[in-house]
Amino acid sequence: MEIDLFKKRRRQMTIVTVIIVALIIFFAEITKYDAIKGFTSIPAAIRWMFANFYPNAKSLDKLPSILSKLNETIFLSISSTTTAGVLALVFALFGSRTTKINNFLSSISRFIASIFRNIPVVAWAMILLFSFGQNALTGYFALFFVTFGFLTRVFIETIDEASYESVEALQATGATYFQIVFQAVIPSSLPQLISWLLYMIETNIRSSTLVGILTGTGVGFAFSLYYKSMNYNAASLVVIAIVLTVFVIEIISNYVRRVIL
Amino acid sequence: MRLLDIKRLSKEYKGGTHALCNVNFSVNEGEFISVIGPSGAGKSTLLRCINRMIDATDGEITFDGVSVLNLKKKELRRLRTRIGMIFQHYNLVNRLSVIENVLHGRLGYKTTLEGIIGRHDEEEKEQAFAILDKLGLRNETYKRCDQLSGGQKQRVGIARALIQNPKLVLCDEPIASLDPNASKIIMDHLKAINKDMGITCILNLHQVDVAIKYSERIIGINSGKTVYDGPANELTMEKIHEIYGSEAGELIIE
Ligand SMILES: Nc1ncnc2c1ncn2[C@@H]1O[C@H](COP(=O)(O)OP(=O)(O)O)[C@@H](O)[C@H]1O
Ligand SMILES: [Mg+2]
Repeated sequence: MEIDLFKKRRRQMTIVTVIIVALIIFFAEITKYDAIKGFTSIPAAIRWMFANFYPNAKSLDKLPSILSKLNETIFLSISSTTTAGVLALVFALFGSRTTKINNFLSSISRFIASIFRNIPVVAWAMILLFSFGQNALTGYFALFFVTFGFLTRVFIETIDEASYESVEALQATGATYFQIVFQAVIPSSLPQLISWLLYMIETNIRSSTLVGILTGTGVGFAFSLYYKSMNYNAASLVVIAIVLTVFVIEIISNYVRRVIL
Repeated sequence: MRLLDIKRLSKEYKGGTHALCNVNFSVNEGEFISVIGPSGAGKSTLLRCINRMIDATDGEITFDGVSVLNLKKKELRRLRTRIGMIFQHYNLVNRLSVIENVLHGRLGYKTTLEGIIGRHDEEEKEQAFAILDKLGLRNETYKRCDQLSGGQKQRVGIARALIQNPKLVLCDEPIASLDPNASKIIMDHLKAINKDMGITCILNLHQVDVAIKYSERIIGINSGKTVYDGPANELTMEKIHEIYGSEAGELIIE
């Protein structure tokens, strides 16, 4: 009996070991292939970048048009984030353990939010392309949906963490639901809510650039246009403008966070 | 005058915990009662059944002539305005000022809109200032609550309950998070609102010595059952052992 058991164990160990070794060899083969190709192409890529990918005097003519496209992207990100934030707050109030109206609504709103959150923004953009075509509305809704799903989830956590105890106290005084929301839940969690909103605006500026390539809007579209027409100088100007914008937005939102927290 | 009547009160939580089993007692106006018992005995559940923060499974509760367990939403709201509640963790909105937290005690009397925008008339503000004065918080009136010490926070909690003009105040472990000094101040204030303002108080307490020192009557519960209900000065060592069961050893070391 015991001998059998040991035999069985040894056999299992052998099989597992063989599988692991096989996997290691298999993936090592693939990565080695990639690694060699990657390493050898790096110097060439850098050389190419220094030769072509920098803004020159002629590309500066494009600056006003790039900036206006950039504006469009920033505006898209801020408007989709803030509107999604408002809807997310409503769903979070229903979904939260502290402020739910009943268990049914709570599960429903968590479920809806989870669906919207788990479909990536690019997939949303592709889906929406069918209904809205290539325009800003597609980008807006793609960002809106994912942001809504994500913010609902983090807002629920924020509300439960920040206001459970004070909600209990206000319920005990005979306050109504909306009195409790406005007098306890929002004052307790507002800084955290705003902080998440700022985080999503930052994230969405990056995402909306990508989405713009698909939907043919904003600075992402400008980039793909210049890049495809081999105007690399202008394309590099776009990249620099995006990087700078992301920096500036991050500095601003860090400042706001410091002030409100 | 009978203020509170509890008959055959039982509470079974989902999952089958019998937190309260057939609890009976009544409270007269002006009494100061401590409820003692080991943790998990059902003290918090008992207090929260009285103002329906928890719905009892069975039994009857009559508060000031009103049958509590059958109340509709609106009537429940009115009931709660007349019962103040004080918590172990103070349960304030920490980012708001002391005065705003105190005035939260008036929400039950307001329309939803008045409450949302936080509109309070002069009379309410006057009363808030007077209460803060009495509790020694005048200089803290406009401070944010997260800048206060634990003892000060609990006094804000008391002020929020007092401005409700309650007939009864329920205190769930009001001094469990405080040092002995602050605890004494809080207990003295609670005793004062009972003596001077005639407000009935029911306290859950962990410390038997504090319960004996401050209250006339003590209710001891263990596993959801009342095992003692009588004057504080008749609470013998034997009875204390019965209330605390196996936890008694730990109790004596304290
Ligand atoms: N929300 C709840 N759900 C399920 N069981 C609970 C809940 N709250 C309390 N209990 C259980 O009910 C019993 C009494 O709890 P509680 O009234 O908090 O006791 P105490 O305040 O005396 O420490 C405990 O066994 C506790 O685990
Ligand atoms: Mg308790």
